Amino acid sequence: MYVAVKGGESAILNSYDLLAQQRRGDAAVAELSVAQIQQQLRLAVDRVMTEGSVYDPQLAALAIKQSAGDLVEAIFLLRAYRATLPRLGYSQAIDTGKMQIARRISAAFKDLPGGQVLGPTYDYTQRLLDFSLLATGQSLPVPKTFAPSNEPSPRVVDLLNHENLLETQPVPEGDPDPFDLTRAPLRFPADRSARLQNLARADEGFLLGMAYSTQRGYSETHPFVGEIRFGTVELCLVPEELGFEISIGDLPVTECQMINQFQGSLTQPPQFTRGYGLAFGHSERKAMAMALVDRALRADELGEAVTAPAQMQEFVLSHSDSLESSGFVQHLKLPHYVDFQSELELVRKMRHSFATPGDAHGPA
Amino acid sequence: MHELTQPLLRVQNLHCAYGARAVVRDISLDLWPGEVLAIVGESGSGKTTLLNALAARHAPTSGTVAFAMRGSGLQDIYALSEAQARLLARTDWGFVHQHAADGLRMNVSAGANVAERLMALGQRHYGNLRAQAGDWLARVEIDPSRIDDRPDTFSGGMRQRLQIARNLITQPRLVFMDEPTSGLDVSVQARLLDMLRMLTRQMNLAAVIVTHDLAVARLLAQRMLVMQGGVAVETGLTDQVLDDPQHPYTQLLVSSVLPP
Amino acid sequence: MDQPEASSAAPVRDPHINFAYLDERTKRMIRRAILKAVAIPGYQVPFGSREMPLPYGWGTGGIQVTASIIGPDDVLKVIDQGSDDTVNAVNIRRFFQRTTGVEVTTDTTAASIIQTRHRIPETPLQAGQILVYQVPVPEPMQHLEPREVETRKLHALQEYGLMHVNLFEDLAHYGHIATTYDYPVLVNGRYIMSPSPIPKFDNPKMHQNPALQLFGAGREKRIYAVPPFTDVESLGFEDHPFEVQHWDHPCEICGARDSFLDEVLTDDQGSRMFVCSDSDYCAKQQALHTPPNTLPPETV
Repeated sequence: MYVAVKGGESAILNSYDLLAQQRRGDAAVAELSVAQIQQQLRLAVDRVMTEGSVYDPQLAALAIKQSAGDLVEAIFLLRAYRATLPRLGYSQAIDTGKMQIARRISAAFKDLPGGQVLGPTYDYTQRLLDFSLLATGQSLPVPKTFAPSNEPSPRVVDLLNHENLLETQPVPEGDPDPFDLTRAPLRFPADRSARLQNLARADEGFLLGMAYSTQRGYSETHPFVGEIRFGTVELCLVPEELGFEISIGDLPVTECQMINQFQGSLTQPPQFTRGYGLAFGHSERKAMAMALVDRALRADELGEAVTAPAQMQEFVLSHSDSLESSGFVQHLKLPHYVDFQSELELVRKMRHSFATPGDAHGPA
Repeated sequence: MHELTQPLLRVQNLHCAYGARAVVRDISLDLWPGEVLAIVGESGSGKTTLLNALAARHAPTSGTVAFAMRGSGLQDIYALSEAQARLLARTDWGFVHQHAADGLRMNVSAGANVAERLMALGQRHYGNLRAQAGDWLARVEIDPSRIDDRPDTFSGGMRQRLQIARNLITQPRLVFMDEPTSGLDVSVQARLLDMLRMLTRQMNLAAVIVTHDLAVARLLAQRMLVMQGGVAVETGLTDQVLDDPQHPYTQLLVSSVLPP
Repeated sequence: MDQPEASSAAPVRDPHINFAYLDERTKRMIRRAILKAVAIPGYQVPFGSREMPLPYGWGTGGIQVTASIIGPDDVLKVIDQGSDDTVNAVNIRRFFQRTTGVEVTTDTTAASIIQTRHRIPETPLQAGQILVYQVPVPEPMQHLEPREVETRKLHALQEYGLMHVNLFEDLAHYGHIATTYDYPVLVNGRYIMSPSPIPKFDNPKMHQNPALQLFGAGREKRIYAVPPFTDVESLGFEDHPFEVQHWDHPCEICGARDSFLDEVLTDDQGSRMFVCSDSDYCAKQQALHTPPNTLPPETV
């Protein structure tokens, strides 16, 4: 005989136990430590910090451990944690011109002051599985070190700016505070600072697809990598009580400056246009995708026809956040049987009037 | 009567420029109730920009466009609030696009397309709405049994007639038309023009029709304005202008039309 | 953060988390949005939705609204699809037990705040109660016009022709209005609102309700409200007026004829039975009436 369903609570509690087991896996295998993740899954940690919008490698590593490697889940954990943290203040804008460079390349120039510094990258590896990594405890080769160069590495955009070849954005009047996406909801049309924040936190896969579409004819911006630089920058703050700037530490970031289709006319001297990307840690793919999409979203501002999805603010910015997209897609797993019941009833009713013609409700 | 002493539409010194390039230069005209005006010229003459400026779709660089609003006389249409302007566009005005797909909802039925303005004005009786839509389909010579079909199943001529029905159902006093017959077969054009002529007379509609086709002007319009390079080079009664053109450009246009 | 507990233990108030999870400034921001919403019935007020420990799309808007208004003396009921015991309702209730320690109940009449997903309780609400709805898509015209810039304008200019075109089209195509849940309503004669995916059966309950009705959409970042004793009218045509669903049979457990019934398949031959969706209502009806079946219902 049918009984009213009870027991949702005990089912949930049991599922927690099952989840913990799944996460741990075979107990005979050594447990993964947060420190190991932080050190050896560094690029995953970088992604989780970037999209989680919190620079804390240990917390990101913890989130990865807790989510058994599901990075979107880990990003969710970090964002939810972030929502509990009080806001102490805003830092000064970081100065990537003063970055301690670990890697710095430009596709736009063969050589440039500061040089092309390859640094650690998968770019020139052959993607062959290295079976020696199945074992542990191998000795690592020691990379050659060079005496740190005293030659400065000015940003490529600054170099182009000397000749006025690159568009510059004057600081808006009154130097207003940037829009804070973590405090206020996005409204459309969104200004560039709101768009860039949205893109910085955006799901890398979605952004990559959007960026790729701009290279395949869904809007064309003729991009060149002006510069990618990865290294550490200093983070400075002006605490209210002190009134002067103090450094509170260093953090590694990846910055990408894209140089795009020039604009101009017979009456206006042409200049290249720009796209910008920034991410925590070593995240080139993300920074590049962000820069391409940033440029595409500037179509309105630059007087270009909006024809492709990557240029449509509402399309890109409304669907870029993995918490929102994953949450809503997966919410379909929640019970919807009341609504489905309503649909069932209507369809049955309509089918019934099909079977019995002459129903007053049928179309004329 | 007040209505007889002021024009329906008064345009004064209208000037439209894109940057340094003037596209419409210093146009002035009055349009009276029930009067049909054809704006004729080749492509690039500025006629479409002029039409859009008159229809509140493209703000002019200088000059005014004033419409005789019901109950309040001539008002600068660019001084209206957005709410007023949108209401005007849905009730007292019509705009027939060159490509019908631009003026229709292609993904809803013909009936919904025609009845939409009435629903926007607050009509809430489905049977009545449907009956009115059916009447109008018949008036524009579309088989009323096609009321539930979508416009993407209609021919070009039918779509154009559907667009006209959608616009005229609220008995507007002024309709703008942008090349309403171009792209259609000659015989389809002829039927459409006949229908338009009948409707404008029956409803005492004023209209501004942009066309490059002098035959359209001859058939539909009492008055004509010839544009070249953004300037109105000649205006007057259609028959007079076509039978006895004064300006060299008008003479060229008239003489290059093949005799029927 | 989540520790599995003994199966039957109710969650204990966690002193490390601020009361109701959100920090006080956030609560204040949300309450301001709520006040604005109450002042303009049916109007969607944007708010700075926070990330919550439940995913967007799973009730974070409703949770943020509840978290901003709940106090230590409140009594909370949480339902999903009308039931207190579905997994989503349990999860949300436990969240509030853990972050507030307030008394919880399954009794509709005893609750001061009821958070709900997709149903309005059958038991009529009273003045002083607050019903908090979880809303997935706050914009009633979103499926017709996805651009927010455009829908904002339509609401501001009260241009709702598009909604009626949609209903007209349903009648032309199906002979019926095809919307059976999340059926749009006109609030206080001004704004058209999405009531959230409640079945249209529940729409009439919103009209002139003595309780305050609050709506939270966390992912879309909107809050809206229907103050007590406000007119809420479901859209329709004069000759095809709004209609609610009817069943031919009563609830097979309690005998009620006036509640929304869930259909339950009982074997693979297509046999089915119908029972109340509102679990609290069903239990109360059972207590009042002799059930048609002589066997007492089993409980787990």
